[in-house]
Amino acid sequence: MDWGAVLNNTAGWLISPTTIAYAIAAVGLAVHFGYGGLLNFGMAGFMALGAYGYAISILSFGLPWWAGIIVGMLAATVFALILGIPTLRLRADYLAIVTIAAAEIVRLLFTTQVFDEFTNSADGLGGYHAGFRGANPIPEGTYGFGPWQYTENQWWVRIFGILILAVVVLIVFLLMRSPWGRVLKGIREDEDAVRALGKNVFAYKMQSLVLGGVFGALGGVVFALPSAVVPAVYVTSLTFFLWTILLLGGAATIFGPVVGSVIFWVIMAFLDNVLPQLAADDILPISNIQAAVVRYIFVGVALLLIVIFRPQGIFGNKKELTFVK
Amino acid sequence: MKAARKASQRRSRLVVSLFAVVMAMLAITAPGAASADEVGTDEYDFVFSGNVKYNSEPLEDVLIKVSGNGYENEVVTDAEGKWKIGVPEKDKYTITIDESTLPKGVIVADDEANGASKEAEFGLTGNKTVNFFLGEGVRNVTSFGDQLLERIVNGLNFGLMLALAAIGASLVFGTTGLSNFAHGELVTLGAVFTLVLGVFNQWPLLLAIPVAVLLSGAVGLGLDAALWRPLRKRGTGLTQLLIVSIGLSLALRYLIQFFIGGNIYQLPGSSDTKINLFGSVSLSVVDMVSMGVSIVVLLAVAWWLTRTRIGKATRAISDNPSLAAASGINVNGVVRIVWVVSAALAGLAGILWAFFIPGIKWDMGGGFLLLIFAAITLGGLGTAFGAAIGSLIVGLLVEVSTLWIPSDLKYLGALAVLIVVLLVRPQGLLGRKERIG
Repeated sequence: MDWGAVLNNTAGWLISPTTIAYAIAAVGLAVHFGYGGLLNFGMAGFMALGAYGYAISILSFGLPWWAGIIVGMLAATVFALILGIPTLRLRADYLAIVTIAAAEIVRLLFTTQVFDEFTNSADGLGGYHAGFRGANPIPEGTYGFGPWQYTENQWWVRIFGILILAVVVLIVFLLMRSPWGRVLKGIREDEDAVRALGKNVFAYKMQSLVLGGVFGALGGVVFALPSAVVPAVYVTSLTFFLWTILLLGGAATIFGPVVGSVIFWVIMAFLDNVLPQLAADDILPISNIQAAVVRYIFVGVALLLIVIFRPQGIFGNKKELTFVK
Repeated sequence: MKAARKASQRRSRLVVSLFAVVMAMLAITAPGAASADEVGTDEYDFVFSGNVKYNSEPLEDVLIKVSGNGYENEVVTDAEGKWKIGVPEKDKYTITIDESTLPKGVIVADDEANGASKEAEFGLTGNKTVNFFLGEGVRNVTSFGDQLLERIVNGLNFGLMLALAAIGASLVFGTTGLSNFAHGELVTLGAVFTLVLGVFNQWPLLLAIPVAVLLSGAVGLGLDAALWRPLRKRGTGLTQLLIVSIGLSLALRYLIQFFIGGNIYQLPGSSDTKINLFGSVSLSVVDMVSMGVSIVVLLAVAWWLTRTRIGKATRAISDNPSLAAASGINVNGVVRIVWVVSAALAGLAGILWAFFIPGIKWDMGGGFLLLIFAAITLGGLGTAFGAAIGSLIVGLLVEVSTLWIPSDLKYLGALAVLIVVLLVRPQGLLGRKERIG
């Protein structure tokens, strides 16, 4: 086995656009679940709205790339409002069921033939990169060292993604130190107590849902920046991976989702490189295709074990356990 | 599973040899295909082609026109009904069939809005086949009433199998408070067990299906013993349990893919010919048996819940677990039985659904789960009979809505109902208000 190539490929995932995009969306999920206690299982829908909002406004309406990002954020805001109004007054698991169903509705609407003109149905969208690449300040060429050698466009995607991630993390850090964040955490711990203090619990929850949803859309945009938008990506599994990332790092922590995403994708990339090789060398008694599936089984088992044995995540504080009830 | 893999290898070899035979046959008939009337195929790389047939008889001398992107051309079909037109660009073209050149009493029955024209576009290759569905004279479409009736019967069939799975999920929710996100995988498992036994190992279906249902029940028993019971003992919170069920769902889903791969499999008999019952309603034998089985099993479950001791205990626990435990009901024992029943019902639903779609795929349970949730929410969370009624409504809605909306959006209505129900009547049809908290 070529360990050099394996380590090289794996190291690339430390700052891959996918890792960054998942980290941004996981921070959004932290705003929902970690701080607000909202069980949002529709993050794939928010990401899809961000990605499609970006791609469609560029391709069909000829907007500049930065306006596309704003359109994606607005779409997520509207989606959060539609989701929140019927469910935020109800028990937590209703929100879980409605969000997962709504995300599926979003995916179906992007997949159907009916809006083929805008969404290109199941084939997805591509070729919207000109504007974003035009704004690239890096001169042409290949930069970097070791496993991190990328062209100017690849660097631009990564740098832009990390900038967004930094802004998002900073916003969460400041918000959660503010009175607003303390009220939100109070709602997570005991909704009735906060209501008794005269706070409008519904409004706080709604603000949290919108804010986290907009972060999810930004994650979707960064996910779409380097390549294409394909509807088959935005399935429930995507949401569940985000939950695994969030709970791995620690739901109610600032850097938990970021570190969680890095750990998740580095391990995934490592397994993706190693397992097929082991299968090819007949060390594991499985076929190549099976070797590619095994890592996803691990994700499910890992999620299960984290929730049972370390629900606060790697960085979490046991006192700030988010599973109250 | 080894045997299964061997069987699938054997099958794939069979498929390869079949493919070779087909290719050989094509090679022999190739001169015939080349004699199709062709226009512009030498000049241009992108070719539309088609075959005009009515009641499997080829139609000669039918005029086909292509237009678009400032290009126009026409072609007449040959004795085999075949035609080919080359076009200059890989783009969208309008293809029209001249209805006046069709035999008397035959018209294009594709889509009333577009009539005899079609928009066609190339996929990944430079060839695209464009075919028109020809129908008889004026009365080519079944009347709205007939279509509605057909959809309703299909919807009832679908709703009944949905009810099997939904009642199980609802019982689990009622007794343990868990919204089980892994229920969709239990549905898939039933179908996969049948596939492995009945197709890979070639058991007769009448034996394979009951054994698959029993195996599904055993999975329920195993999950309760190995996972849910210890977690209940630890006093794990409901939210935690919910996420555990998601982890389980992911693990099971990909475990199934690990064993059966990404292909779509068919059970024998799933594409049987349909027998016309009355009017426009035609069902295959499998459809009729499926509906019969669903009804009998649902009635049996209803009897079990209302008449037997354990069934009554189940409802008592759903009502108030502490009170039930205090009055001497063995809660853990009942919950174990509920898990077995629920998993077995889900497995049965999966088998019937595999015939209904038709097809078995590793992630088929994912979409089904959302319909189960929609049905349970509509009926009222935690009420078994509510789940059954909710399922029938969702089943009907899914099928009947295809009269107005495209079939690739048919689950949309069911999921939208979920949101509307929560807006208007969050406790569902049969639920009580205090449950929603």
